[in-house]
Amino acid sequence: MPAFGVQSSVMENLISIRGLTVAFDGVPALRGIDLDVQPGEAVGLVGESGCGKSVTWLAALGLLPGHAAVGGSVRLGGQELLGAPAQTLDKVRGGRVAMIFQDPASALNPVIRVGRQVEEALRLHRGLTGAAARAEARRLFEQVGIPDPAGRLNSFAHEMSGGQNQRVMIAMALAGRPDLLIADEPTTALDATIQAQILDLLRRVQQDHGMALVLISHDLGVVADLCSKVGVMYAGRMIEHGSAEQIFQSPSHPYTRGLLAALPEMIGPRRRLEAIQGAVPNPADMLPGCAFAPRCTQAGSDCDAGTPDLRRVAGGHRAACLRIAA
Amino acid sequence: MTALLRLDAVAKIYPGQRGLFHKAPDVRAVDGVSLVVEAGRTLGIVGESGCGKSTLGRLALGLERPSEGLVEFDGAPMPPPGSDAWRRLRARMQLVFQDPLGALDRRLTIARQIEEPLVIHGIGDAAARRARVAQLLIDVGLGENLAARHPHALSGGQRQRAVLARALATDPALLVCDEPVSALDVSIQAQVVNMLIDLQKARGIAMMFISHDLKVVRQVSDTVAVMYLGRIVEQGEADQVLAAPQHPYTRALVSAVPTPGRTARERIVLVGDPPNPAARPSGCAFHPRCPVAIAACAVETPTLRAMPDGRSVACHLAQPNMDLAA
Repeated sequence: MPAFGVQSSVMENLISIRGLTVAFDGVPALRGIDLDVQPGEAVGLVGESGCGKSVTWLAALGLLPGHAAVGGSVRLGGQELLGAPAQTLDKVRGGRVAMIFQDPASALNPVIRVGRQVEEALRLHRGLTGAAARAEARRLFEQVGIPDPAGRLNSFAHEMSGGQNQRVMIAMALAGRPDLLIADEPTTALDATIQAQILDLLRRVQQDHGMALVLISHDLGVVADLCSKVGVMYAGRMIEHGSAEQIFQSPSHPYTRGLLAALPEMIGPRRRLEAIQGAVPNPADMLPGCAFAPRCTQAGSDCDAGTPDLRRVAGGHRAACLRIAA
Repeated sequence: MTALLRLDAVAKIYPGQRGLFHKAPDVRAVDGVSLVVEAGRTLGIVGESGCGKSTLGRLALGLERPSEGLVEFDGAPMPPPGSDAWRRLRARMQLVFQDPLGALDRRLTIARQIEEPLVIHGIGDAAARRARVAQLLIDVGLGENLAARHPHALSGGQRQRAVLARALATDPALLVCDEPVSALDVSIQAQVVNMLIDLQKARGIAMMFISHDLKVVRQVSDTVAVMYLGRIVEQGEADQVLAAPQHPYTRALVSAVPTPGRTARERIVLVGDPPNPAARPSGCAFHPRCPVAIAACAVETPTLRAMPDGRSVACHLAQPNMDLAA
């Protein structure tokens, strides 16, 4: 079965995830994810709470707690990350792969000046120390648009706004010159006008550095804004993926269609929202068959038989639904 | 249309903390706000964190005394908080918060909590109250089997429905909703928004809907007021204000809404952070971030002026029939 992104095999994959599974205390959270990210591309992952969009990357980078059982394969440029020794992962995390999170204030150390924290990343991943590290940290602050960069190096996280803290996180992520930046809900905690600033910044650094970006978000609008490829997840599986245009203009899976119809619009006549009935299934007692079937308006008895595989809709557009003509 | 709630030049000033040698400046959280919520209609309040929208909600419910100006409910001045008259009035106005788990008592069953306002306000005997609770559960779409559960055994959407059932128990005339669906996933958000609109229509409740999410505000509101640093900068019919915003701040907010299918290039990205309410810029508070500010904006504070289409805008550059984009 072709995985997300495999169709353009001209370019070597930067990161290649195959059959990734995660279970917490025997309860499956991720049920087999295939995903490829190529150098320089921006991939969006959308889905509701608990669908596994964050767990995918935490598992890939070995950031899950010990009681999580992880299976499958995650290859970064030919190197297997799952089960890799700690030293290898330490080099990868913050080096080739950087990650930023929703709440920058809690990701930063509250008692260490933000400049020092960026310098630490520079020391670990690029061997810079002293004045060289200081100068580079300043340059990074400038690059991410922090006003008065030299002065701000001496600030603590609590002295800065949420938007500025997220800029510090992005500066720290860029410190290791990553090939891939994973941004997990990077603007969810920010105000609308600041969200616009950070999205612009992410787009700019991604293009300037030729860096690949994985944007994890519950907000379809944010993903549409930045990403050229989109994957939709539901209950631990990838249920649809394709180009942003394919997903947003002609969604195929009933869940993706439902998500888009559930969004209020800013223009045009107001219409009643088409809510998806019911709620996400509890991962501990999922029935065999399509996980979305209990909420799906098109479900039939055939949907309960087994989990549908991703089927080709058009080009690189694939969806895991029996109602799609094979 | 009758005004159920009227705010007339209301201000809320929090005195600055007195230190040993100096006193911090006073914070005008809400500053000279006049608005009307008509019976059975919805007023949306939008703005970013710190703009005073939640304080405004508390003023509207009489939870806070205004430092200046007048709050009137149903034609009479709002009685002081904690007074008997105010307690009696509270049956007619209710509040719904963002976090339903924080609003519910973890030790009480859902049914008990929905019944509580009836007990407090001495409405009906035990049998009548039980019947009322059962009906309320049906109205908000919660199954009878959930009545005996505790809040932690409910999903986020179910909890918010329970909070709503409790708010509706005393048949209020006014509902103040502060970010009621912001913590919910898209598919659940649509369910709750639809239910809120249905209940409001069926019961003729007036609603003050406070949210940072412009898409949701547009969906539920008849009129909207846009706040910036404690003041209303634009106010009018929701379809007018959000479809063709006139104030530069509203324009930026509307353009910052990430919408699937719209390209980012149409977005207005404001520079700078939302200002500190304790250090209000001179003149128009928005002028340091405003892309079209003129010299007068730094000196003179614009007042809300009526436009020919019925809306009001507080901007020196807002002229009847003038397009700010030009």
